[in-house]
Amino acid sequence: MSQADTTIAAGEDMTPLGEPAPGPRAVRPAWVLGLFRSELLTVFRRARTLALLGVLAGVPVLVGIAIRIETRNGGSVAGNDGGGPAFLEQVSNNGLFLAFASLAATLPFFLPMSIGVVAGDSIAGEAATGTLRYLLVAPAGRVRLLLAKYASVLAFCVAATLTVVLSAVIVGFSLFPVGSVTLLSGNSVSLTDGILRGLLIALLVASSLVGLAALGLFISTLTDSGISAMAATVGLLITVQIVNNIPQLHAIQPYLFPHYWLSFADVMRAPVIWSGVLKNLALQAVYAAAFGSAAWARFTTRDITA
Amino acid sequence: MSQPPATDVVPAPRGGVEPDGDVVIETRGLAKQYRGTLAVDGLDLRVPRGSVFGFLGPNGSGKTTTIRMLMGLIEPTAGSARVLGRPMPGASRAVLPKVGALIEGPALYGFLSGQDNLLRFDSADPTADPRTRAVRVAAALDRVGLSAAAQKKAKAYSLGMKQRLGLASALLQPRELLVLDEPTNGLDPQGMREIRGLVRELAEDGTTVFLSSHLLDEIEQVCTHAAVMARGRLITQGTVAELAAGTRGRLAVTTPDPAQAVRVLEEHGVSELLADPHTGEVTGELPATPPDLVELNAALVTAGVRVRAFGVRRASLEDAFVALTGEGFNVAG
Repeated sequence: MSQADTTIAAGEDMTPLGEPAPGPRAVRPAWVLGLFRSELLTVFRRARTLALLGVLAGVPVLVGIAIRIETRNGGSVAGNDGGGPAFLEQVSNNGLFLAFASLAATLPFFLPMSIGVVAGDSIAGEAATGTLRYLLVAPAGRVRLLLAKYASVLAFCVAATLTVVLSAVIVGFSLFPVGSVTLLSGNSVSLTDGILRGLLIALLVASSLVGLAALGLFISTLTDSGISAMAATVGLLITVQIVNNIPQLHAIQPYLFPHYWLSFADVMRAPVIWSGVLKNLALQAVYAAAFGSAAWARFTTRDITA
Repeated sequence: MSQPPATDVVPAPRGGVEPDGDVVIETRGLAKQYRGTLAVDGLDLRVPRGSVFGFLGPNGSGKTTTIRMLMGLIEPTAGSARVLGRPMPGASRAVLPKVGALIEGPALYGFLSGQDNLLRFDSADPTADPRTRAVRVAAALDRVGLSAAAQKKAKAYSLGMKQRLGLASALLQPRELLVLDEPTNGLDPQGMREIRGLVRELAEDGTTVFLSSHLLDEIEQVCTHAAVMARGRLITQGTVAELAAGTRGRLAVTTPDPAQAVRVLEEHGVSELLADPHTGEVTGELPATPPDLVELNAALVTAGVRVRAFGVRRASLEDAFVALTGEGFNVAG
């Protein structure tokens, strides 16, 4: 036996033949977090995750360069008729606005799509490669594994949002002037105030993805194919976004998870209008609770045959 | 002797250290139904502590389904299973840290190195001490001979290397029970020998090894006990010696004088004598209380029978299996 083996044997429950079985090794609360740490490492070491973050980081670069070229000769960006927040035309005056403009540009599809990929793959991807059964016999514990998965998807939501913001701040600050911030309501605040509002907005945008993350996690417990779970989650996102934009369907729209997503723009007013923001957070909490419970109910009772 | 009821052979104590009833796996009427078909049907399995237990059956006979039920991955349709004295899947969190498992081939994260794969599986175990993690991972890699490839991405591993890494993940902790489902799949003969050596070594340390296989000679070479499954049912279980003893060894004598040999052997109580005129081989069943083979041989020679070869041919597990099932060892339809 190697030297390492003797190290393990010391003080551990190596059971000699015929001796009574020792009690179960104790579960240390701090060690339980090991799975979450490992989950994070696994998610962020994937080439796919890095590619998604790369695409998200690229959006502010494209938007920033486009605005810079268009405003090169003192012109202004054409007005915004999309109904979204009027951030674009402010970018050339203040680089900080590139962060808001980029979040508004990525929130409808790019950001949630990347969440859909990560969340959809979370359980189903492990099932597809068969690693799920080894995690469960380790034993990770089904509830613990589900919680670690959800936590890592939420961490990805924050990372994805911050990637957009950081990239936008770097591009915005290097291409455009930076100074006091003119809010949507017309009043002007200091740059520090603007940056703080920006951080709050990043947090709100990340929270906007909490519901979708739970939905993706639930879909992920339904199948043993990572690709199908990702496709189903992203497909559902696109469908919901379309429904959310058909005026005739306005009756059901307040119940759709993306309905209040762009409410983050209200933070850029003085005084801040909180009603939309709070509605958004409440709706996300409801989605997280509903689909989190569904994922729990499904995952703790299903047969793992993959 | 076709399809006898599952015999509940209580294995004889080995070396006097195995108290009767000390079993690490015990199932009662365990059954699993998948969409109307019974994959496992009324399984009563007893795996004594300290044994190397061969779980034998053709592909599709319900071995893996049984293992998945024992490991708490799937819920039985009926019956109960106890592993290390605790009910499964109920006591998974207490039982599984003491069980190392290789189920239906290895599964790895291709984008992680072999070492990182093991680190991940180890951190999934809440009873694994993170302070000794690196040491234990290195020891497990060393034990399966993968130290040199520890930093290589798992997707670059050959099937045999993946199998070894799977085994390493079962060896991250000292285990009371190792469940190895087809552990030599994909290995070359040298690798198979190494795994058999490893299994024997682990058994000597006191680990009970539950080894499923569809390779009869593999079971015969390493196992002390065996159970045979066919079409979801347990056909028999007991010590390998007992199973093979079901078909007693046959006496074989090669001689140019077969007629005389048959006569002499008959006088000494050997029955069911068959003489093969082509090979000059005479075979027969020894009586229940066999005569001393030395004297039997002397008697042949005294009677003027020229003996070219003489000996008892031991029955193999394959003979036992064919005798038990009355059929070949083929994939269940």
